[in-house]
Amino acid sequence: MNALSIKDLRKRYNSGLEALNGITLDVKEGEFFGLLGPNGAGKTTTIGIITSLVTKTDGKVTVFGIDIDVDFSAAKRMIGVVPQEFNFSIFEKVEDIVCQQAGYYGIGRDQAAASSEKYLRQLGLWEKRRTTARELSGGMKRRLMIARGLVHEPRLLILDEPTAGVDVELRRGMWDFLEKLNRKGRTIILTTHYLEEAERLCSRIAIISDGRIIENASKRELLKKLDKETFVLDVRDSNREIAPLEKVSFLAVDETTLEATITKGQSLNLVFEHLGRHGIEVDSMRSKTNRLEEIFMGMVE
Amino acid sequence: MQESLICLYTIARRETTRIFRIWVQTLVPPVITMTLYFIVFGTFIGSQLSGINGFEYMAFIAPGLIMMSIITNSYTNTVSSFFSTKFQKNIEEMLVSPTPNWVIVLGFVSGGVVRGLSVGFLVSMVSLIFIRLPLYSIVITSLFAFLTSFVFALAGMINGIFAKKFDDISIIPTFVITPLTYLGGVFYSISLLPDFWQMISKANPIIYMIDGFRYGFLGIADMSVMTGLGMLIFFAVVLFSINIYLLKKGIGIRT
Repeated sequence: MNALSIKDLRKRYNSGLEALNGITLDVKEGEFFGLLGPNGAGKTTTIGIITSLVTKTDGKVTVFGIDIDVDFSAAKRMIGVVPQEFNFSIFEKVEDIVCQQAGYYGIGRDQAAASSEKYLRQLGLWEKRRTTARELSGGMKRRLMIARGLVHEPRLLILDEPTAGVDVELRRGMWDFLEKLNRKGRTIILTTHYLEEAERLCSRIAIISDGRIIENASKRELLKKLDKETFVLDVRDSNREIAPLEKVSFLAVDETTLEATITKGQSLNLVFEHLGRHGIEVDSMRSKTNRLEEIFMGMVE
Repeated sequence: MQESLICLYTIARRETTRIFRIWVQTLVPPVITMTLYFIVFGTFIGSQLSGINGFEYMAFIAPGLIMMSIITNSYTNTVSSFFSTKFQKNIEEMLVSPTPNWVIVLGFVSGGVVRGLSVGFLVSMVSLIFIRLPLYSIVITSLFAFLTSFVFALAGMINGIFAKKFDDISIIPTFVITPLTYLGGVFYSISLLPDFWQMISKANPIIYMIDGFRYGFLGIADMSVMTGLGMLIFFAVVLFSINIYLLKKGIGIRT
């Protein structure tokens, strides 16, 4: 079953801006789906339409088979949303913000309090439950929005740039949390600017550009499209002459750094052997850019 | 239905909590302002005047001053609360949920009613320091107080929906409500006006509200109390319907 199905979705703003030009995509139940695209591509507009914050011009959206034009209330019960911008009252206490959100879904105080406790504990905010939101750090505010988005136990969680401005350690913690949620069967849609995040978390990825879906494939299929990859090699002496090698190009960045751009099909062992024959010893290596980032840049540029 | 009632309770609780959390901003200033009215108009100026319709001037103006505070505070509470909810974007918390539009309207309006009636009660208590105010009919007084606060809270919500900046929330109270209230018979009986100005005054809906409320206290009225009640019910239905229509269309809250 599809958790979300979008058919020929269009949005034209009063200003005349065509934000979406006929988007079609399906998200299967249980998937961790990434929606990527540059700023202004239409990601937030798409999420806005699914969550009723933006009125669509045309097209059809169904959530777990429920058409939003027929019964938006029923569809909304299935969705939890974590928006890009902080949109809670900064003067309210953490637990009030989360419990109130449950109340908007018709959940009674006792059940709301229990659900709120569960997610505040899981997200490390339980000790801060009586703190007003304005006193929280940026990372805590992000986690508060996730707890609020989950308090009514939605089957589909939509996260719009959930880790923006969050430090690396906390981001990794949030990734673990989201992966656990997904493993328990929750469908997750993620938009992010961190392609490393999408590569780690998402099983399927759609790329949106100028209001159109320009790619929609599983992560595995997408990464297969990458025909070249550049590695940064830390070497002892990069100034030595290196004879050409088929499907590989070398660039000496400085005395101890060498970049090797390797076309798909060439073995890394041969590259090391080749460098060894020229007396170049490799201490360590890493990918120059994230693999998904290379594909993404190639598509949207 | 039970879910809708939980939603309504949630919004009403949030609105009411806000009023009492910032009571120094919401409850104290109107009480101080009305106390000054009682001192200046009731004690200093009123002592120089003869009574109206058999009542001391202070007793005559007290219901009008209480009603003025109910009107102003019901309106102000809803317009400012709804606008700041929109401004901070936490209106989205409700919009993404299945909360029905009628619940959103009643939830915000309940805050306006609570603040209007709370301030009205406090001003009534203050008035007792200055005058022994009779209570002719508690039912009429309560009905007019409740319906007036309900109507003005609904009007404030419409203002809040259309408001795009903070200036927009003070235009209607300053240029429409305050003049209509001052000309709505708070300080005088319209029977004392020349015929032409009486006719003009009758086009001001606030005069019926103040007159009916005063009837509840003093048992005297310039106008038909039933006309006043009918008008309040009519305005309540019309303004409620307009609010529902605006939320359904997403005006000011959805793009």
